[in-house]
Amino acid sequence: MNELLNNILFLPEQASTFAERVDNLHYFVVGVTMLMSFAVGTAAVFFFFRYRRRSPTQTTEYVVPSVKTEFLFVSLPLLFFLTWFVIGFRDFVFVSTPPKDAMDVYVMGKQWMWKFSYPEGPNGVNVLHVPANRPVRLLITSRDVIHSFFVPSFRIKMDAVPGRYTQTWFEATKPGTYQILCTEYCGLSHSKMLGEVVVLAPEEWDAWVKEQRKGSLQNRQDALADLSLVPQPARMAEQGQKVAAEVGCFKCHTVNGEPHIGPTFLGLYGKQETLQDGMSLRVDEAYITQSMMDPGAHLTSGFPNVMPTFQGKLTGPQTAAIVEYIKTLRTPDIRTGASSQGPVYEPIQ
Amino acid sequence: MSPSSSIAAEPGAVPAPDEHHEHHPSYLVDGTTVKSWLLTLDHKRIGVMYLIWVLLFFLIGGIYALIVRLELLTPGPTIIDAMTYNRAFTMHGVVMIFLFMIPAIPGAFGNFMLPLMLGAKDVAFPKLNLMSLYLLLSGAVIAIWGMINGGMDTGWTFYTPYSTHTTTTVAPILFGAFIIGFSSIATGLNFIVTTHTMRAPGITWFKMPLFVWAMYATACIQVLATPVLGLVLLLVVGENIFHFGIFDPARGGDPVLFQHLFWFYSHPAVYIMVLPAFGVMSEVVATYSRKNIFGYRAVAFSSLGIAFVGFFAWGHHMFVSGQSTFNAGVFAVLTMLVGVFTAIKVFNWVGTVYKGAVDFKTPFAYFCGFLYFTVFGGMTGVAFATASLDVPWHDTYFVVAHFHFIMVGATIMAFMAALHYWFPKMFGKTYHEGWGLVSAALIILGFNATFIPQFLLGNAGMPRRYYEYPERFQTLNVASTAGASLLAFGFIIAAVYLTYALVYGERASANPWHSRGYEWLTESPPPTHNFVGPQPTYTEEPHFYVEPEKAEVPDAV
Repeated sequence: MNELLNNILFLPEQASTFAERVDNLHYFVVGVTMLMSFAVGTAAVFFFFRYRRRSPTQTTEYVVPSVKTEFLFVSLPLLFFLTWFVIGFRDFVFVSTPPKDAMDVYVMGKQWMWKFSYPEGPNGVNVLHVPANRPVRLLITSRDVIHSFFVPSFRIKMDAVPGRYTQTWFEATKPGTYQILCTEYCGLSHSKMLGEVVVLAPEEWDAWVKEQRKGSLQNRQDALADLSLVPQPARMAEQGQKVAAEVGCFKCHTVNGEPHIGPTFLGLYGKQETLQDGMSLRVDEAYITQSMMDPGAHLTSGFPNVMPTFQGKLTGPQTAAIVEYIKTLRTPDIRTGASSQGPVYEPIQ
Repeated sequence: MSPSSSIAAEPGAVPAPDEHHEHHPSYLVDGTTVKSWLLTLDHKRIGVMYLIWVLLFFLIGGIYALIVRLELLTPGPTIIDAMTYNRAFTMHGVVMIFLFMIPAIPGAFGNFMLPLMLGAKDVAFPKLNLMSLYLLLSGAVIAIWGMINGGMDTGWTFYTPYSTHTTTTVAPILFGAFIIGFSSIATGLNFIVTTHTMRAPGITWFKMPLFVWAMYATACIQVLATPVLGLVLLLVVGENIFHFGIFDPARGGDPVLFQHLFWFYSHPAVYIMVLPAFGVMSEVVATYSRKNIFGYRAVAFSSLGIAFVGFFAWGHHMFVSGQSTFNAGVFAVLTMLVGVFTAIKVFNWVGTVYKGAVDFKTPFAYFCGFLYFTVFGGMTGVAFATASLDVPWHDTYFVVAHFHFIMVGATIMAFMAALHYWFPKMFGKTYHEGWGLVSAALIILGFNATFIPQFLLGNAGMPRRYYEYPERFQTLNVASTAGASLLAFGFIIAAVYLTYALVYGERASANPWHSRGYEWLTESPPPTHNFVGPQPTYTEEPHFYVEPEKAEVPDAV
């Protein structure tokens, strides 16, 4: 049944956990739509024949609907629409909420290519390698204009907006190669901004990671263009530390847990932070990015609004690297109160 | 009761020369110089001039559409290069939306019919009315100048930061659209004041024809939403030339802010396009079924309802832009309310046919097409508002197919229906009914053949605004292009027999459809001040077909 409907509706194959959920609602919605169009059409056609004009000046009865009829006219569509909404919103929450154990990949759109970077090493252009049956969270940004990351077989899509991170996630269900398309018009070669997701079986994935690590220094698939002049460390976090030192983050932020002019980076990621306006929020990629680009937007309580913006001063990969660096600054010592020995690298994987 | 005693004399109206009172020539021959047309303050002549211009703009937009469709015949380059293609689809969108869809029905038929339907001699501000036509034309001239001198490649949505970075000439086209916005505001303002102050005795709010209700609701949106578009377009022009940094993240701006401002206008703008269409169809279905509108008040209020909730639905364009999940839920529900209001209309239109006396004339054929496009297009709209389904569909051909069904399909059906329905009233001539039906059938078929494959293309995952596409999408693209040529053929036929009818058509009687809409209570074509002799009395609601026909209005001399 699923296969048949899939073919009739020209849907691509279902290759993620989200795809099946979307398609089930899709069938329901399209089915109701067809049925309604058919019912309204049939009623109309029947009336045209049943009530055709007998004389040019024929008179007609004065018919007005009862309140009951009008109530039916309102409640029937509303009932269906709300059902769609409830199912659709539940699924939307599902795709908007990455599981905690998801593996992170940074995605950057750029006229006209997709760049991928893994926190623990390899970078890639236009080809995203992921393991099957494992949730992958994509942290998406853009370097120039708005792009949109779309994998039809996974039924996921998320805009890549310059200056901020958006996120989506998927769990691929079968190994294979799936197309990535850009769906937000981004200029001359918009339609050539294609890529692919290569979903690997677990053992192939392990082999691929090993291979990438081995050759990561001499034989990278593609170095991120903006960092190409700097000798590149293998890991984003290390790059991030370097960049942070270069642009002067450490003049105000410590990494040993002591507050200075700004909050310390140690243990910052994932922390529930109280803001100056009394609100609180959890520090995540989006918040860290925003604090770099628009520091005054959500000031942490107890710190002055003195940080300059790094908008336009940091490239997408540099921003991602700093975010990744801050994410590594987590240590069990912080809870016990022992003095920190500096950054402790915790692979996200 | 004479017309002049019941209606306040409008300040700008030119008093008719005395000798014309006796011959009461139709508005078409009352003054034949070029100047008497170009500087006229008669709402009917202004309506006719609007009609001529929007038809020309429709032709230009249609040519761009065919270029785009031809290019998409093969997966790679077909007839033009990528840059030309990007400019072509941008111009197709800009011309069709700002120069055809938005002004077409209010400008041409609203102007012509609204005063007639209210028993008024003219609109409230005749000079402002003429000015809105010239504002539209000056905007169009500036925009078309921009198209010829470089063109623009942003798509009609002008998303930043692309539109602020592109090297093509954005400024004149956006500035043109800005000026066109003033035309829209002026027309809306004029209609609101006319509806409030110029109704003839007997025409209470609930005896107004439904076309007037629809125009009134449209006018409210035009007046409230268009300023937002005007300002945001100016900001983009400023950003493009002076690099202010309002929307450009490289300068601390917010690109999504543009989307909020843009859609705050452009989503209600969808209803500026379809509400007049709904109004036309309420008149057409009543006339050709010879029935009172089933649930008059429900249809009238649902127009206002759509105008109101239309303002709270813009966020559904941004489900995948990174806005909060909660936002998506709120905008999803609010968008569905538009669907509910539209459903009320659809059911009541079908209810109007029930126990009617159906005469299957050309406008009624368009009504059938309209009903189908509205139900299918409207329900796919609600499907879009269903947040999880929007994720894969967003910015694919499914969107293109959906809005062509509801915005273009419904509006074109209504525009063609209006053109045929009011043709005898406007020009005093009749057209060939057989050719009318043939062309209607071709247009409806062609429309389906063009856009149903596009729904499927969207399902298959083809993004919109693609110059080249993967091979697997070709079959459906070929089908769509074939449909588009059928559609174009249908329009050509209509253009031919309507032009023929204009010159050689038979004289139409005052009320060839035996309609009881108020606009038929005068001659065809109407005299300069709309009514001669005693003003008609308005005691019954429009489209009251219970009693036998009274005496016919005499034909024009």
